[in-house]
Amino acid sequence: MLIPKLALRNILSAGLRTWLSVLALSFSFVAIIFLQGVYDGLNDQVERATVEAQYGGGQYWQKAYDPYDPLSLEDAHAPIPPQLQELTAGGGAAPILIRTATIYPQGRFRSILLKGIDPDQKVLSVPSTALRSLENVIPGLIGSRMAKSAGLKKGDVVTVQWRDVHGTFDARDVTIAEVFRTNVQDVDNDQIWIPLERLQAFTRMENQATIVVLKKDVLPVTDPPGWEFKDSGFLLRDLRSLVKMKSVQGSVMYLLLLFLAMLAIFDTQVLSIWRRRKEMGTLMALGMTRTQVIELFTMEGALHGVLAALVAAIYGIPLLAYAAGRGFDLPIATDNFGFAIGEKLFPAYSPALVAGTTLLVCIVTTIVSYLPTRKIADLKPADALRGRLS
Amino acid sequence: MIRSLPLLLALSALPFRLQGPSGDELLRKVDQNMFSEKKIVLSRMVIHGRRETRTVESKSWQRGTSESYTEFLAPAREKGTKMLKLTDMLWEFSPSTDRTIMISGHMLRQSLMGSDLSYEDMMEDPHLPNLYSATVASQELLRGRDCWVLDLKSKKEDIAYDHRQIWVDKERYLALRENLYAKSGRLLKTADVREVMRVQNHWLAKSLLYKDVLKEGEGTEFYVDSLKLDAQIPDYLFSKAALRR
Repeated sequence: MLIPKLALRNILSAGLRTWLSVLALSFSFVAIIFLQGVYDGLNDQVERATVEAQYGGGQYWQKAYDPYDPLSLEDAHAPIPPQLQELTAGGGAAPILIRTATIYPQGRFRSILLKGIDPDQKVLSVPSTALRSLENVIPGLIGSRMAKSAGLKKGDVVTVQWRDVHGTFDARDVTIAEVFRTNVQDVDNDQIWIPLERLQAFTRMENQATIVVLKKDVLPVTDPPGWEFKDSGFLLRDLRSLVKMKSVQGSVMYLLLLFLAMLAIFDTQVLSIWRRRKEMGTLMALGMTRTQVIELFTMEGALHGVLAALVAAIYGIPLLAYAAGRGFDLPIATDNFGFAIGEKLFPAYSPALVAGTTLLVCIVTTIVSYLPTRKIADLKPADALRGRLS
Repeated sequence: MIRSLPLLLALSALPFRLQGPSGDELLRKVDQNMFSEKKIVLSRMVIHGRRETRTVESKSWQRGTSESYTEFLAPAREKGTKMLKLTDMLWEFSPSTDRTIMISGHMLRQSLMGSDLSYEDMMEDPHLPNLYSATVASQELLRGRDCWVLDLKSKKEDIAYDHRQIWVDKERYLALRENLYAKSGRLLKTADVREVMRVQNHWLAKSLLYKDVLKEGEGTEFYVDSLKLDAQIPDYLFSKAALRR
């Protein structure tokens, strides 16, 4: 216990020099936890929103369907299998028919996806009930991004052209029944939602769908022939890797902060060893081995990390808690990030994140503190007492 | 008297309906007039876009209805682009990328060089009697020419336009106007012949305006600068190798 006690006494007696290093290191603590929390919060928010609006508890894909290949949509439709019809009837699933179409807002030509959804479904957060509101027209539901880019608003009428199952052109006017706001661009950009039964009738694809979305927590049935089940892990895979990529990009910032803090610790240690040569000689003359002296100096450096964690906790906990509670208003530009972030971002700090960051910083501090002390291994007590470093 | 007026009107229309050739017969005659086994066409397409008007020149070699080879000659950006149609397949060679791509699926619905014409409009079987049954709807004077107005209803299910209306010159059996409709009855495209020409025994369009009516704009004009019927066309043109020639 002698070494830790001595180390603590030494660094506290160093006064301002210690506290400046501790403060710098504590900034790194808070910044790392904050930035990681932002990415964790982003991940949570994006996943939750995407699951609610798009993926549900997993999706059955008609075997020809490939969301990344628009050519596949031509053939991606089939009768809904009986077991999925049963699930749909019980409210546990929502079939969606997807067709390519063209709209002509203000006389301009634009390719879109025409999606048929049951207005009474409760599987996805898409406000499909708006499609019940108009009787004598074809009601359409669009997201705010689509509304903005196509120059459409509630009540507008837009001509939509598509082909039926045999390839025959059809064109009808769709009245925008509602414009909804969503964080999930995949249910918004370049698409119009209309009632499923009407799209099935127009395209002569009665009782057919392209995908069937399961309600969250509904267990999938055995894969019906011609359909494949895609679970949340599969569906969220790309999203997770995208967030991970953003997180790696963001880590550059905190690595830089950590590097600066470590530079301060390293510098403090080098200075310590240079200025305290006589002290080292005295300690060795009093019976301390070189290893013990190295341990003492390393411990002093490592204690900077511990003190930094305590200081960071004092001002960091209220600061991070406030940020997590209030969230951040995001600029409009973040809408182009490619995933579903809302207007506000709420950082999320897990115990694992806090513990992991504390451990990481303490380990790195200890290693950085140890490096300059290796010089002590070659130190001769007599030289040290004379103030020399051999 | 007033009660029997609709009946009288219906009876008065009956003799007209029974007179003259049937719609299918007229459609066959239109087809005979328009069709020739082999032709080489030098044409211009004037595309009126939202911001600018472009003229695309091309030369086409056509054999029957299923084989056609087109080389674009101008403007500089499109020069050297070649297209090959063999039955229901279409390839395009772009000299800038030095690649040949097959145009299929949704790409067929894209506009051809920014015009009002889509690739699949090019792919359509031009023999209308194969696709439609026709009835005579009325007779009209169109730009000083007496015309039969034919209503064409698709015979099969896999036809792009559910029905069409064509104005057929009574004397020349040339369609002077054509309206293309969606299944819902919505007018989608129109083609208006503005100038005609006689080549051998065929009366053909020399210039016409093609327009996607759902789109804003002035449409696309076609001009036939020269046309050779029953010309000799080498076989190698109708192969993919010819695209890189």
